[in-house]
Amino acid sequence: MTQPTTGGGATSTNPGLSTNPGAVPTRRGTELILLAFAAGIVTLANVLVEANQTESVTADVLWYGLAYLGLFGVAHVAVRLLTPYADPLILPCVALLNGLGLVMIQRLDPSIQEHLRALGVDERFVPNDQGPKQVLWTAIALGLFVAVLVVIKDHRRLAKYGYTCGLAGLVLLALPGLLPASISEANGAKIWLRLGIFSIQPGEFAKILLMIFFASFLVAKRDLFMHAGKRVLGMDLPRARDMAPLFAAWGLSVGVLVLEKDLGTSLLFFGIVLVMLYIATERAVWLVIGLTFFMAGCVIAYNLFSHVQLRVDIWLDPFADFFGKGNQLALALFGMGTGGIFGTGLGAGRPELVAFANSDFILSSIAEEVGFVGFAAVLMVYLMLSMRGLRSALAVRDSFGKLLGGGLAFAIGFQVFVVAGGVTKLIPLTGLTAPFLALGGSSLVANYALVALLLRISDAARRPVTVPKPRPQQAPIAEASTILVERPR
Amino acid sequence: MQLTRAGFLALLWLFVLAALRVVRSDLYAASGLRATVPGFRRSAGKPVRGKAPRQLVVTHGALAGTRITLEGRPILIGRADDSTLVLDDDYASTRHARLSLRGTDWYVEDLGSTNGTYLDRAKVTAPTRVPLGVPIRIGKTVIELRS
Repeated sequence: MTQPTTGGGATSTNPGLSTNPGAVPTRRGTELILLAFAAGIVTLANVLVEANQTESVTADVLWYGLAYLGLFGVAHVAVRLLTPYADPLILPCVALLNGLGLVMIQRLDPSIQEHLRALGVDERFVPNDQGPKQVLWTAIALGLFVAVLVVIKDHRRLAKYGYTCGLAGLVLLALPGLLPASISEANGAKIWLRLGIFSIQPGEFAKILLMIFFASFLVAKRDLFMHAGKRVLGMDLPRARDMAPLFAAWGLSVGVLVLEKDLGTSLLFFGIVLVMLYIATERAVWLVIGLTFFMAGCVIAYNLFSHVQLRVDIWLDPFADFFGKGNQLALALFGMGTGGIFGTGLGAGRPELVAFANSDFILSSIAEEVGFVGFAAVLMVYLMLSMRGLRSALAVRDSFGKLLGGGLAFAIGFQVFVVAGGVTKLIPLTGLTAPFLALGGSSLVANYALVALLLRISDAARRPVTVPKPRPQQAPIAEASTILVERPR
Repeated sequence: MQLTRAGFLALLWLFVLAALRVVRSDLYAASGLRATVPGFRRSAGKPVRGKAPRQLVVTHGALAGTRITLEGRPILIGRADDSTLVLDDDYASTRHARLSLRGTDWYVEDLGSTNGTYLDRAKVTAPTRVPLGVPIRIGKTVIELRS
């Protein structure tokens, strides 16, 4: 059996041995080197922070660096064992982002406390130990990451649980909106689920489950979206009834907006559905229709909800109400301005002046301290992460994997766009957080699960085609030769 | 201090560049959709003549652009997962057609498909020799052999 040239030149040089596992490089060594590189960068970042803040460097940073390397070493071993052909760039990119996020959160901890106390905020509302908590969340997230790799041996099997995932995702998404505000509301958005000591955002997990549902749904019902209806302005419009799923998705994201007051999740959800529909059908008309829906949704939301109006007003002119509503964004802009091209240096800036400097505004905190040059590098790392995901989606052979991989990779890129656009005043601010960087356990855990799925898909994409199934033991009945059998007596 | 600050930024970009190097070296290997680099394809045994088909190219349909190098073993085409060319096409059967090498020529053979296999315009009923560059139509997919 000839195979698609998955292995490039490597397989074709020995045609008889194309199923030899050594024929395709697994590139795990590259991954390990890049991980060590990332650990080096994170350690250096830690050293710089300490040097800038306390004017002395202790040996502790070395231990932090080693612990970080150990943590991701475990992840690397899991990848080596479970998905040997996975993309070598995804894990190091994630590790670097997560590491920089940890350094930043750790660095902001004392400054934020000091700043809040100086403002005279009640001691009860001064957060403590957010850095160590985030480290703990990272460990939990890596645990889940390994668990996903262990449990899901073949991403195609997820397609069978499409509707289950869809239902579970829907419940998780709607839960905080329907629960009383005392359990689910924080800072104006009803997206939390507070269970005693820790609280999670179920929407982060719903995102992945709904993507699995949409991928399996679209694979099964793809033809439905290919029927051409009327032709208007040179585009084949789909039939009105085929638009029902898109309409449902739109209704759901508006519902999230109304019930949970969460602009970000609503936007992310609609964007993902739209892009997956586009990937499945290859018809740009869906994007046109979706964007029209989106515009309509924007106008309705703007006219009906005060919190949307507020966001838009801040976006249009954050300096209009500098000491009030626009303060956060205005200070973030000033901070990035102070950073300039090369930044103030890690630990030397004052990003803590911005409210939520370590979660929603961590991108602007980083931009202030490493400047445009460093911020561009961080965005490049995100870009590569998303790009490698899309590349795996392109290369994988089954439609479900293509759709799911495309959706997951797009989700990362889209989140970064929405967050970075928000803090740099390109688009109105939303409640999304930068994946892997920002403070927040749910986001971290969910995004690690997402990356585990991407690795699984990229492993399937790069794995050489397995040995063709052994020929059926019996020849087809038509070719079978007649055998004379003695009649039993 | 200024030096370490610049050093950190340089290191960040070095990471990006190192990652991009991996992307570059991986560009062809990971796609699964590209032809192999030409040259050094003379397999052991008989030398391949200049006009012998070396790859199968999908020219139309959902998989357009896909190339499969021909290595002498038969190629199964259909919707089944274990086919060499897995078609996601409602007009194709689970096991639709087979391309196989006999001597130096490739033959196409219909495996009892519902909608038939067409070589150029003619329906394939028995194994038929496939000349270079002649389209084979299977459902909405068109493939051809190229050297």
